[in-house]
Amino acid sequence: MNASLPIKHTQAETDLIDRFDAAKAHLPGSQVIVGLRDSAVSQIRDKGLPHRRVEEYKYTDLRAYMKSGAPLAGPATLDEVRAILDAQDSYGDLDRYRIVIANGRFMADVSDAPALAGEGVTVTDFSEALSAETAADLLAQPTTAGLDGVLALNTAFVQGGVLLVVKEGAAVSKPVEVVHVGTGSGALVTRSKITVSKGASLRVLETFAGDTGNGEINAVFDYHVADGAKVAATRLIAGDADPARLFTTIATIGAEAEFKSLGFIAGPSFVRNQQFVNFTGEHSEAKIYGVSMARGEGVADQTLIVDHAVPHCNSREFFKTVLDDRARGVYQGRINVAPHAQKTDGEMMTQALLLSEEAEMANKPELEIFADDVICAHGATSGQMDEDLLFYLRARGIPEDEARTLLVLAFLSEAIEEYGEDDVTEGLEARVRDWLAAKN
Amino acid sequence: MLEIKNLHARIAEDETEILRGIDLTVKAGEVHAIMGPNGSGKSTLSYILAGKDDYEVTEGEILFNGENMLDMEPDERAAAGMFLAFQYPIEIPGVATMEFLKTALNAQRKARGEEALSIPDFMKMVKSKAADLNVTMDMLKRPLNVGFSGGEKKRSEILQMALLEPKLCVLDETDSGLDIDALRIVSEGVNKLRSPERAMVVITHYQRLLDHIVPDVVHVLSKGKIVKTGDKDLALELEKNGYADFVNAA
Repeated sequence: MNASLPIKHTQAETDLIDRFDAAKAHLPGSQVIVGLRDSAVSQIRDKGLPHRRVEEYKYTDLRAYMKSGAPLAGPATLDEVRAILDAQDSYGDLDRYRIVIANGRFMADVSDAPALAGEGVTVTDFSEALSAETAADLLAQPTTAGLDGVLALNTAFVQGGVLLVVKEGAAVSKPVEVVHVGTGSGALVTRSKITVSKGASLRVLETFAGDTGNGEINAVFDYHVADGAKVAATRLIAGDADPARLFTTIATIGAEAEFKSLGFIAGPSFVRNQQFVNFTGEHSEAKIYGVSMARGEGVADQTLIVDHAVPHCNSREFFKTVLDDRARGVYQGRINVAPHAQKTDGEMMTQALLLSEEAEMANKPELEIFADDVICAHGATSGQMDEDLLFYLRARGIPEDEARTLLVLAFLSEAIEEYGEDDVTEGLEARVRDWLAAKN
Repeated sequence: MLEIKNLHARIAEDETEILRGIDLTVKAGEVHAIMGPNGSGKSTLSYILAGKDDYEVTEGEILFNGENMLDMEPDERAAAGMFLAFQYPIEIPGVATMEFLKTALNAQRKARGEEALSIPDFMKMVKSKAADLNVTMDMLKRPLNVGFSGGEKKRSEILQMALLEPKLCVLDETDSGLDIDALRIVSEGVNKLRSPERAMVVITHYQRLLDHIVPDVVHVLSKGKIVKTGDKDLALELEKNGYADFVNAA
């Protein structure tokens, strides 16, 4: 090992550097992409995985958590993927289009690209797009992300993903599920770019099926919402996997546009869900919701930065967390208001319900306001289940377990219902019940 | 229906003694009023009947249709036919009133080994009973008691009582916070539920509720004991002379 290195690498860091050396030749991308990958790996080599002394990772120490770095998953077969999709359908009989990314690679044979073409949506393999000489902007980093370690890992290892372009004015009639499938053979690292052109609208369901062995999932969704366009992105992260689950949303919002997202976390041991939302046009709105559940020693982290770089935009952030056992919840939300971003309206609320004495919630709402004519507010609460509510329900004949379930569901449903995507509400509430029923 | 024998109880947390030997027998078909000054233990008695664990019974017993009620969980008591109309009904954000009513009714039916009601049957039942109590569809869609006025909360309690069809109804200061019109609606709702198979215990501070819900028996509770029992005229006497005579006698 090079003696001039500033840090002593952990096992996971050594594994990841080895993984890069082994995979480098096979990873997709033009020369410019190779350069970006090299510098991303250098960042990991020099600074290590993000850890608690990096402010953004103070409560979510990936370096301490990640004990090893599994190899990247190899290609999956159609039969394997079909079997997993048949067995694990996140939304039951909900009518939708489906795009499949299996073991990090877009899989056209099980995706509804032809039907989507009829709705004005083109679907392209992200890994092929990376081969273009002009591909660098496909891996563009939001300026508010700084040198984010999770994004660096994504850039270094990105295997593939999907490019969706919704043509001008197209209102896609059904939600598009972008499902990641893992066949248990290793890490999945993907990036997808979703461009919703002027006046168009799209609902995306980001889901995950199968497993990744000892490997992490690192998925980036990069949304470009053009003037007058509307996007709703529902991310569903469930299950009981131990390897790290790392997700990033980047949203760039034009004028008179609307971006709405819900990050729903139910179960995995270590989840980071980070979002970088940037307004680039006036009179737009972003509504960012989060619902997190963790138990055991689990960590559920919802981190976001909403950047009001232009005037006359509204943002609403509403996050709910339920924690049991010794689990930790993290909410880090920052609203930036640039000096000229007058008439900004930002409202942020995070609420946690602690089901055990040892559970811990780190709530960190932040406002950075440099304009003088704005309305911005934030609030944070954290508390235990109200025994009087419980008694009231029991006094009406509802048994204790059922009463607790009802109260947790009621607490979390406030965010799900305000998000207001009615066709997913039932499915998500069923996930809350599943999570509660899975105790012990 | 209800037999309370030598009931002593205290607050679990600080062991303050509240009830000091209550004896009370209520038969099916009867309406008993329990009156008494502030701090006499009226609400404590209602909470102990419903099973709130903030209180500890140190002596005595409560039999509900011959069964030891103190061995039963709050939800078991409810399924067996005990109903407490709360003095301060609780707001539960995120739980729609209609959904709550359905969950409660079906939980009780399940506990009694009965089939769950179908949604159309349930809706029919709720709508007719809600109309009697002036409870609107809008209220039923709202989260339970959230943003309800004092009168709406009490009407919602009586609607729950009408739907759940309990055997023993305990009404804890149901008249508090009600104006004359609301008092009339609530009382009519309660009177409609009077039946030879059902017993009621009406806890109140003031006699005015008893003009509407006329009791068979009136008890005066003071310092944790029943100090006087009489017919409905006892309530009028109290209204005239106040509690002072009884408080001093206790």
